[in-house]
Amino acid sequence: MQFFGGSDVSPSPPAPTAGGHNANVMYMFNRNGVCLFYREWNRPLRTLNPQQDHKLMFGLLFSLKSLTAKMDPTGADKRNLGVPQLPGQGCSFHSFRTNTYKLSFMESPSGIKIILVTHPRTGDLREALKYIYSLYVEYVAKNPLYDPGTPIRCDLFNTNLDLYVRSIS
Amino acid sequence: MDTNDSLRVASLWHSMHAISQQLSPTVGCSGIELLEADTFDLHCFQSLTGTKFFVVSEPGTQHMEALLKVIYELYTDYVLKNPFYEMEMPIRCELFDLNLSQAVQKDRVALLGR
Repeated sequence: MQFFGGSDVSPSPPAPTAGGHNANVMYMFNRNGVCLFYREWNRPLRTLNPQQDHKLMFGLLFSLKSLTAKMDPTGADKRNLGVPQLPGQGCSFHSFRTNTYKLSFMESPSGIKIILVTHPRTGDLREALKYIYSLYVEYVAKNPLYDPGTPIRCDLFNTNLDLYVRSIS
Repeated sequence: MDTNDSLRVASLWHSMHAISQQLSPTVGCSGIELLEADTFDLHCFQSLTGTKFFVVSEPGTQHMEALLKVIYELYTDYVLKNPFYEMEMPIRCELFDLNLSQAVQKDRVALLGR
C-alpha cells in the first residue's frame, strides 16, 4: 500500500475521469535535445529539478532507441551500440509500460520527439501522437513569430492541446 | 550478436530500467515491464533481488509474464542451486539451457499450435 501524503490518497494510478485530463505529463524535444515543450497535468512526484529531468528523459530516449535498433530481430543493417541514429533509421520503439505509467513516443522525420506519459492501462497512442504533431505543425511551425529551436510559447497550441488530451481515453 | 554485445545491451538495459523508475510521475514505480517497438516486444521481469529477465518476442504476444516466471523458477533450480556456479558470472549450466529450450518450445506449441 502506498501513501501519497496529498489530499487525494489512492493506492492505484488515477483512472481516467470524464472531466479531468487523462495524461500525466507531456514533453517535446527537438533533434538537438532542447526541450521545446513541457506540460504536466497530473504529477504528484517530482524527483529532480526540471533541467535534470528533461536531460534524463532525452538521454533515456536516446539510449532506448539505440538499444531497440541493436536488438531488432529482423537483422537489417546494424550499427554498433551508441552510434547516433537518424530519425526513422533502424527499428524504433513506440511505447513502454511500467507498473505506474505508460510512456508513448513518436519521432518525426525532422527529429521532433513527442512524449506522452499516461496511466498504465492506456491503449496504443500512436494516432494521438500523430495528431499532436499535426497540432504542432499548425500552431507552432506555421507561426511566423516562432523561432525554431526555442521553447514553444503559443497560447493556441496550449489550448488546443489541452482540449485534445482531455478526449484521449 | 556476440557476447560482448550481449553484455553491453544487458548493462544498458539495467541503467534504462533504473532511469525509468526515476522519471515516474507517481510513487512506487518498479521499472519497465514492457517495451513495444516496431518489429518486436520486450518483456521484462524483475525478481525481488533485482535480477532482471527479459524476453524479446513478436509484437502482441500474450502471456510472456507467465513464461518469465517459469524461466525464473528454472534459474533458481538449475543455476542458483548449482554448487559450481559463481554468482554474477555468465551462466554456463547445461541443464539450465536444456530446460530453457524445452520451456520455450512448450510455450510456442501451446500458443501457436506448432
